[in-house]
Amino acid sequence: MYRYDEFDHQLVTERVEQFRKQVDRRLAGKLTEDQFKPLRLMNGLYLQLHAYMLRVNVPYGVLSARQLRKLADIARRYDRGYGHFTTRQNIQYNWVSLADTPDILADLATVEMNAMQSSGNCVRNITADPFAGRARDEIEDPRVWCELIRQYSILNPEFAYLPRKFKIAVTGAPNDRAAVGVHDIGLRMHHDADGRPGFEVLVGGGQGRTPVIGKTIRDWIEPEEILAYIEAILRVYNLHGRRDNLYKARIKILVNALGIDKFREMVDAEWEAIRGQGLTVPEAEQARIAQYFRPPAWASLRDIDAELELQATADPAFGAWLNSNVSAHKAPGYAIVSLSLKAPGREPGDLSADKMDAVATLADLYSLGELRVTHRQNLVLPDVRQADLKELFRELVSLELATPNIGLLTDMIACPGLDYCALANARSIPVAQDISRHFTAVDKLQEIGALSINISGCMNACGHHHVGNIGILGVDKKGKEFFQITLGGASDQNATLGDRLGPGLPQAEVPGAIEAIVDTYLAQRESEQETFLATYRRVGIDPFKTAVYGEEPVRRVA
Amino acid sequence: MALIRNGFLAADGYSPVPADAPLPATGPLLLTLPQWQAWRTELIERGTPVGVRLASDEHPEALAADTNHLSLIALEFPSFRDGRAYSYARLLRDRFGYTGELRAVGDVLPDQLLYMQRVGFDAFEIDSNDPVADYEDAIGGFSVVYQPSGDERVPALRLRHG
Repeated sequence: MYRYDEFDHQLVTERVEQFRKQVDRRLAGKLTEDQFKPLRLMNGLYLQLHAYMLRVNVPYGVLSARQLRKLADIARRYDRGYGHFTTRQNIQYNWVSLADTPDILADLATVEMNAMQSSGNCVRNITADPFAGRARDEIEDPRVWCELIRQYSILNPEFAYLPRKFKIAVTGAPNDRAAVGVHDIGLRMHHDADGRPGFEVLVGGGQGRTPVIGKTIRDWIEPEEILAYIEAILRVYNLHGRRDNLYKARIKILVNALGIDKFREMVDAEWEAIRGQGLTVPEAEQARIAQYFRPPAWASLRDIDAELELQATADPAFGAWLNSNVSAHKAPGYAIVSLSLKAPGREPGDLSADKMDAVATLADLYSLGELRVTHRQNLVLPDVRQADLKELFRELVSLELATPNIGLLTDMIACPGLDYCALANARSIPVAQDISRHFTAVDKLQEIGALSINISGCMNACGHHHVGNIGILGVDKKGKEFFQITLGGASDQNATLGDRLGPGLPQAEVPGAIEAIVDTYLAQRESEQETFLATYRRVGIDPFKTAVYGEEPVRRVA
Repeated sequence: MALIRNGFLAADGYSPVPADAPLPATGPLLLTLPQWQAWRTELIERGTPVGVRLASDEHPEALAADTNHLSLIALEFPSFRDGRAYSYARLLRDRFGYTGELRAVGDVLPDQLLYMQRVGFDAFEIDSNDPVADYEDAIGGFSVVYQPSGDERVPALRLRHG
């Protein structure tokens, strides 16, 4: 993984000292909360319902065992002994104090981490395929480019006060695990006829109140030109994005208002003016960063499918886990293992400090000391020997991190919701907990197969409900919480937005409705291979509507 | 309100002209865009120092042909959250070749001075008890930058390779 050099260290250290002074001035009353707000946000610090929340970047989801131990230490010393992994591959602490924050940032700097621009109207943490550099279907490792874009965006003076936040995601595999279609800029790496890499650039995707799937603005950008092209997009957005209405300020609104062709014309004009100058990535810098992402020293092994199959037959629980939580690795004899942070009844994405330490130990023992955070709020051990899988499974079972549900119904995304968040209208975590308690039978989950449920506590859509195969949105009606269901969303390479099923349901009725939807799918599917999404796309919404609301949709208050 | 120019406390010297007033007979003037457009020919002939103050929704392209005739361009921040003028500054310096004083006015916070200086501003109107100290704190806070901008700082990705 990337390691800081003296420049990176210097910049992060100076940033911590700058923020320490700003916090001192705030505590001394020399800065108003209004003036302090953008400064703290650009250092990851939110003021939530009950306390300050600190969001720490995990750049493109890559984490070392040493860093995870530091995250555990911070959770114990400055918070309540746990952290929450987010849909942007970051970690949040929900109970920090303002006065401690500079010390927390200084602690993070010792392990080459920071919270710069994890909030604010600026370019946020760059996200990527959590299996980057390891997935068997990958054509290019996106992390080199993520790191270049990260450095380009950090403390970029021109774009620190954009109209609104700005999210960039990168995938180097045809199977999109980074949801690039719902980002302000999404980058897909492709090969040309000679096998040289380049970027397809999507722009204007996003969720929130106005969900939009990003549109391709360019089929092909040469890798060394990607920073200049991103700058052209950012400049057009900074100059022309709306600033009169918070809810219409994202780039997607500008792209939709102008139309993609006019927007492309404006970006191209800007790009032509800055092409081939200071933003062209020097070959030496690209090579320097690439060396950090060279494949580790994998042993020369072979796949042991037959042996694993025997182990799976002997131990069905292991078999189920193997089936859903283990993915194909590009090196023979290795596997990518996902650790589920979605045990029944647990808060999705939460992990205690003790378990962070335990996972760090497992990463050292079984995965060359490296981990990943996924946008579905799970952790990954990217370099596990297939021969170690059985032993690792036992360890993970004892930590309650082996729930065999990755990519299945109970692998839900949920935002923090009304339990923590100042924006939320409804609680999302209890809904996720209800559903996960309702669907505990492993056989049933595996029978249902690939199915994503995403839950947001308000229309800001931090829980990605628009792109869940089943989306659940919390709404407030006359002081009561209701939940609206959408069907058919997807965030992969064929991203789509979900369709609204009908009126909102009270919390108690949500698990039953999910069961009715799932049973309808099982009855309607043409084969076990036809996923929920495929069936939905084939049969449409009506049978599901009938299953949940009956023949004549009942009018409800919401 | 204090004016910092190239790092030093400075006297302004430029006078604004009230709306509907006639063109003053002499002196360095700070005009609105409509005033400049109305008196442009006369002022170019006269050759006295002239500045133009642009509102945040006035694109500096309106001055693209005039950069040689102006010794001051002031860009307004109606709110510290409105970041358009950062891009305007870069366009004025890089695209339109403006080399005169580029002044940040309006809701300008000391914590933003480094960003402003990096995109090309060299003068700042700030509300501060100790403007020079605030300026030096802000500008001196970082010795490393990651990206080229409108200033002379060499970004890390170049320094790393000599």
